[in-house]
Amino acid sequence: MFAADPVPERAWQVAATLVALAMLGPLLALAWTAAQGSTGLWSHMGTYVLPHAARTTLALLVGVGALVAVLGTGSAWLVSAYDFPGRRLLSWAMLLPLAVPTYIVAYAYLDLLHPLGPVQGSLRALLGLEDPRDLRLPDIRSLGGAIVLLGFVLYPYVYLSTRAMFLTQAASLLEAARVLGVRRAALFVRVALPLARPAIAVGVALALLETLNDIGASEFLGVQTLTVAVYTTWITRSDLPGAAQIALAMLVIVVALIALERHGRRRQRYASTQRPRPIQPRRLHGGTALAALLLGLVPVLVGFVVPAVFLLWESIARLQLAGTVSPRLLGIAWNTVWLAALATVVTVALGLVVAWALRLAQARRRPRAAALNLRVACLGYALPGTVLAIGLLTPMAAFDAGAGELLRLLGQEPRMLLMGSTSALVLAYTLRFLAISAGSAEAGLARIPPALDQAARSLGRSSTGMLGAVHLPLLRPALAAAALLVFVDTMKELPATLMLRPMNFETLATWLYADAARGAYEEGVFAALLIVLVGLLPVILLARAGVTWAGSERTAA
Amino acid sequence: MSMLALDSVSVGYPARGGPRIAVDALDLALEAGQVGCLLGASGCGKTTVLRAVAGFEPLRAGSIEIDGVLVASPSLQLPPEQRRVGMMFQDYALFPHLSVEANVGFGLARLPRRQIQARVAEMLALVGLAERAGAFPHELSGGQQQRVALARALAPRPALLLLDEPFSNLDIHTRQLLASELRGVLKASETTALLVTHDQTEAFAMADRIAVMDQGRILQCGSGRELYARPADRFVAGFIGRGAVLDGALLGLTPGEDVLVRPEHLRLDPGGGLQVRLVERSFRGPGQAAVVELPGGQRLQADLPLEHEAAPGATLHFALLPDALPRYRR
Repeated sequence: MFAADPVPERAWQVAATLVALAMLGPLLALAWTAAQGSTGLWSHMGTYVLPHAARTTLALLVGVGALVAVLGTGSAWLVSAYDFPGRRLLSWAMLLPLAVPTYIVAYAYLDLLHPLGPVQGSLRALLGLEDPRDLRLPDIRSLGGAIVLLGFVLYPYVYLSTRAMFLTQAASLLEAARVLGVRRAALFVRVALPLARPAIAVGVALALLETLNDIGASEFLGVQTLTVAVYTTWITRSDLPGAAQIALAMLVIVVALIALERHGRRRQRYASTQRPRPIQPRRLHGGTALAALLLGLVPVLVGFVVPAVFLLWESIARLQLAGTVSPRLLGIAWNTVWLAALATVVTVALGLVVAWALRLAQARRRPRAAALNLRVACLGYALPGTVLAIGLLTPMAAFDAGAGELLRLLGQEPRMLLMGSTSALVLAYTLRFLAISAGSAEAGLARIPPALDQAARSLGRSSTGMLGAVHLPLLRPALAAAALLVFVDTMKELPATLMLRPMNFETLATWLYADAARGAYEEGVFAALLIVLVGLLPVILLARAGVTWAGSERTAA
Repeated sequence: MSMLALDSVSVGYPARGGPRIAVDALDLALEAGQVGCLLGASGCGKTTVLRAVAGFEPLRAGSIEIDGVLVASPSLQLPPEQRRVGMMFQDYALFPHLSVEANVGFGLARLPRRQIQARVAEMLALVGLAERAGAFPHELSGGQQQRVALARALAPRPALLLLDEPFSNLDIHTRQLLASELRGVLKASETTALLVTHDQTEAFAMADRIAVMDQGRILQCGSGRELYARPADRFVAGFIGRGAVLDGALLGLTPGEDVLVRPEHLRLDPGGGLQVRLVERSFRGPGQAAVVELPGGQRLQADLPLEHEAAPGATLHFALLPDALPRYRR
C-alpha cells in the first residue's frame, strides 16, 4: 500500500519498539540478576548494609523533600506575590543553583567549611581563637549537612513548577478569595498553598529523583546511601547480584516517586483548564522591600553564588600558582565534550524516532502501541545512574559474548565491543536522557497542527518526505533546546560514568570525583568550574523561556 | 463520466463499545468541472467524507473512485499523495516556515525548478497575490491566506479539489466577497471541487450540486433551487431556508398531509382566510421577519412590509398560496 514511501511507517514503528525494548532491557536484567542470589554475602548485606543504607536514604529523601518544598514554594511565592526592586533579577537568579551539580556543591563546601578552610579560619581570627579544636561548628560531613546542601541546589525544581502555577492559575482564585473575605496575609496558607500542592508534588518528586541519583555528594559527605552501597558493592566487592538487589530496592523508591509525580501532574492538568492570568503582585517599599530581596537572595547565594565564586577564586589561585593547566586536564575536557556530543546526537535522533512514530500512529488513529513505546522510552529520567549501569552490565556482557562468538567464526580475534568501552557510556547516556529528547520532540510535534501533515500528504509528500520538508524545520527550536539539555546533562553525569567507563578513561566529572575522593583539591576545581559554566547554559535557556512566557501572558491579558 | 464517485461508502471511528459510524452507506457523484457541496450541521459526517476521499480515513465498506481510478475500498487505501487530490483546510494549514511562493510550490517538488517558478507565478496571478510571493503566512490577512491555500491546492493540477469549510475563519463581509471570487477561480480553471460547509448561503453561492447530510447519510442531493423549492423530507425542509412544517388540516388543506409553509407562501391580506396572532417581528433591512401563531398554537414564519407596525399580540390576516406548498405524507 505504501510502496512509494522510502521509509514505510512500519519501519518507524519497529524502530520505536526497539528503542522501548532497549530501555526495558536493563530493568529486566536487573530483576534477573538480583534473582541469581548474592555470592554468599547476602546475609551480610541483608543484616548490615541494606537496612542501614535504606534508613539513611529515606532520611535523606525526607529531609531534602521538606527543605526543597519550603525553599521552592517560598521563593516562588515571594517573587510572584510581591513586587520589590530586584524582583525580576531574583525571579531568574532563583534558577541558578540548577547549574551546580550535587557533587560539586558538596565538593565546594567541603573545602570552604574545612576546619582549616577560609570560613572557619576567618571565624577563628574574628574570635581570637588559635586552635581549630576550640571552635566546633556542626560538621557538614553528616546527614544533616547533605540534606542542607542538596536542598539548596535542588529547590529550583519546586520553584519552577510552583512559579509556573502561580503565573498561570492563581490570579482569579486569589481574587475570588479576597472578595470572599480572606485577608491578604492569609491568602498564602488558605488558597495559594492548597492550590500549589500538585505543582509542589511534581517539583519535589523531580528533586528527590535527583537526590536518589546523587553519588558524589553522599560519598564526599560520608552519607552511606543506597546509591553509594550499589557502587561499593559492585566496584569494590565485585558482587553483581548484591548490587542488583540494592538497585531493585532503589527502584521501589523510584516507582513511589514517579507515582507522586504522576499524581501531581494529573491534578495539574485538571486545574489548567482555566484561562491563564498571573497574580497581581503587591508592591513593597522601604525596609520591607529590602527584607524581601535579602530573603530571596539567601537560596541563590547558598546554592550558587558562594560555591561558584569559591571555584572561580580557587581556579585563579591555582592558575597563578601553576601558570598553566595540565595537558591531562585538557585531554579530559576533550573526552567529555566529544562523548557528550556523540551521546547528544544519538539521544536526539532516537527521541525523534519515538515521537515521530507516535505522530504517524495518531494520524491512523491507532496510537496505543506507539504511545506505550514513548512512555517506556521516557522511563530513563527516573532511573538513578547507578541502577541503570548495574542493569546494563548483564545485557552488555551477553551482547559481547555473542559478538565475540561471531568474530571467532569470522576468524577474527574476539574482543569486548561494549563492556568497558565508550559505546557503553553512550548507550547509558542515551537511555538516561532519552526522556528529554523524546519529550520535547513530542511536545514540539503536538504544537504542529495535524492539518499541516494532511496538507503535505495531499500535496504529494510521503510520510517520511513531509518529516524533512515540514516537521524538522518547525521542530528545530525544540530539538536544539533538547540537544543542549542532553549535552549538558551528559557532561555532568557522574554515577553511570563511574560504573561503566573504560579503564583510565576520565571525564571532567570523574576527574573531580577522584580529586575529592583523595581529599586533594587540585585540578578538580577547574573541572568543577567548567561544569558549572556549561551548566549555566540550560539555566539561561530556561530563564529566557520563562521571561518570554511571562511576557506573552502580559500581552494576552 | 464521473470525476468523483462514492459508492455506498461507510466510515467509522474506533470507540469504546464498538466503532462509531460517522458515514453510513453514502453514494455521491460529481461530473468533471462541477462544484459539489456537502451541507449539514457539525457532526453530521460531512468532514469525514472529505477526509475519506483525501485518503486520511480508511473505509469500512464501499468504494471511492477518482477520475475512474479506484482509490479506496475496505481492502485498499491509496496513500493521499497518490490520489491527485488537492485539499484546502479549514484553517488553511499553510506551512509557517515557508514563504507564500514556497507554500504554493510545495506540491510541485518533482518538477524542474523553471517549471515550478512558472506554475507558482501563474497560480499567484490567478488568485491575485503575485506581489506577495515573498511574504510569510503570518504576514497575510485571513482572506489572503485563504487565497494562498487555494493556489497551493490547485498548483499540482489535482483531478479533484476538496475544500473544508473554506470560509469559516473569515468575517462575514470577506466571506461573501470571496465566495463568488472562489467560484470564479474554480470555474476558470475548470476544477472539479467538493466543498463542505454548514452554511447554506455559502453552499448556494458556491455549488452546482448540494447534498444535505444528517447522521452520516445524504438526505437529498440537487441544486440549491431544487432543495429550496422541493425539500425531499421534513428534515431538509426545516434545514434549508425559513419556514415551518405543519399539518395541512390546520390550514384547511388535505388532512393527514404535512405541508411546508415558507414566508413567501403567505400574503398579508385583510380579507385572507388565515387568522393569526403576531408573536414577534424583527427588522430585516428591506422588510420585517415575523413569527405568527395559529389559534392552535402552531407557529409560522411570515414577512411583513417595512412600514407595518402591529404590536405583538395583534391579530393579522394572511392569504395562503396553496399551489406552491411542498407536501409530505405522514
